[in-house]
Amino acid sequence: MSIAAKANALWEYANPRKFLATSERVMPFFWITSIACIVIGLVWGFFFTPDDYKQGSTVKIIYLHVPAALMAINCWLMMLATSLVWLVRRHHVSALAARAAAPVGIVMTLIALATGAIWGQPMWGTWWAWDPRLTSFLILFLFYLGYVALWEAIEDPDTAADLTSVLCLVGSVFAILSRYAVNFWNQGLHQGASVMRAAAITGTDTEEKVSNIYFYPLLLCIIGFVLLFIALVLYRTGTEIRARRIKALLARERVNG
Amino acid sequence: MIALLLRDLKLAFRAGGGFGLGLAFFLIVTVLVPFSVGPQSSLLSTIAPGILWLGALLACLLSLDRLLALDWEDGSLDLLATAPLPLESVVTIKALAHWLTTGLPLVLAAPFLGVLLNLPVPGYFWLVISLLIGTPAMSVIGTFGAALTVGLKRGGLLLSLLVLPLYVPTLIFGAEVARLGATGMETQTPLLMLAGITAATIALLPFASAAVLRINLR
Amino acid sequence: MIPDLGKYADTVMWSYIVSIGLLVVLVAFSVMRGRKVRAELEKVEDRMTRHG
Repeated sequence: MSIAAKANALWEYANPRKFLATSERVMPFFWITSIACIVIGLVWGFFFTPDDYKQGSTVKIIYLHVPAALMAINCWLMMLATSLVWLVRRHHVSALAARAAAPVGIVMTLIALATGAIWGQPMWGTWWAWDPRLTSFLILFLFYLGYVALWEAIEDPDTAADLTSVLCLVGSVFAILSRYAVNFWNQGLHQGASVMRAAAITGTDTEEKVSNIYFYPLLLCIIGFVLLFIALVLYRTGTEIRARRIKALLARERVNG
Repeated sequence: MIALLLRDLKLAFRAGGGFGLGLAFFLIVTVLVPFSVGPQSSLLSTIAPGILWLGALLACLLSLDRLLALDWEDGSLDLLATAPLPLESVVTIKALAHWLTTGLPLVLAAPFLGVLLNLPVPGYFWLVISLLIGTPAMSVIGTFGAALTVGLKRGGLLLSLLVLPLYVPTLIFGAEVARLGATGMETQTPLLMLAGITAATIALLPFASAAVLRINLR
Repeated sequence: MIPDLGKYADTVMWSYIVSIGLLVVLVAFSVMRGRKVRAELEKVEDRMTRHG
């Protein structure tokens, strides 16, 4: 198959029936592999990795904290992509997938924030610091809340899809702006305080520091979280498609009867 | 266009409440702060720039749900949408009218409220400058939020939830300018960032607001 | 069975409990709503076919 034909074949999944049939077929694979990856990764990480010489056993939190944080951001990116597809090509599945993904993103952000707070307590001596990275996640959380609230508030599904898509686009720009603003703001406040440097433990800086012992179980957990996210979004999109169909059928029933 | 602006301004003054309400809210927030944090003037002068910025932002937010709602209810928004004037300009005019009736009075009132909070002397200049540059962005972003929620019956609270995260960059840089200025430090970088955000939102966001309004008027 | 977590045992255990708990709640909630919507759709479709 040529690339163009493949691309065309991809759009066929915009058909709700086709999407439901295919997702039903592939979902067991995603559920099983994701749960297997997460269980193996967590067990490996929890039972079979040594304590860090500086952080002690708290290093084991990384297997939950980093994958959740990654998925919190990736989920927003996925919503951005599907919102664009909806605005450009008007495929209903795309808009519904964005709606289905948002609560998953909220939970991922919550996990990242909660594990971060629990981890931060013994490491930095505080549950919460207005560190740029922490603050950005809190702002991302607010964006998710607003997005979900807008979906819930609007009756007409097409209007809701349109408005939330635009909000997602505008919100993305402002989320990136906030990220830079927060970076600037905190530097302005604390010029390299030692607690803040400890913040480099979280997030991407870790990968450089983390030796292979921690890296492989972490990689497994990340893969597991990605697969879990896909499984959840496929499942929840299916639910949204059915809910939408119920609404359409009931409306038709009212008109006819 | 000018006729529309004049009409909006006239309506804002005639309605009575809309014009003064934001100012009164700003005053009350500022008066309540010393009651909640204590009357020590050193503490107050430290937090004054931030409090004044937050107060102005909340006062601005409070007036947003009236921005388009009245025109929506009496149907003049539909009329405006079918008028030869592009909806982008309508939205910009609306934001400008909102700024003139809400943002500008807040900017002018801020120094007087600064006295109440014992704002350091060099802070007055930077407070007014930062608010003057920052409030137009708040009006434009607010118009976008108002356009998003215009069709909803109880849009007020949702409007706040949607708009407040969008205010974060403006608040950070604006309050930073005021704070640095009050302590006599260099303010150039945040000031440029604040101006950049305001310019970019004024240039780009009306397109999003107009698009959203078109969806809602469908 | 549980490895020696040292003085940070509470910290590690709580982060695992909270995270896994949140994930389970999310999955359970999704599945519950999915089941409900699916059943409802079947009911509505059934009614539609019977009434033509």
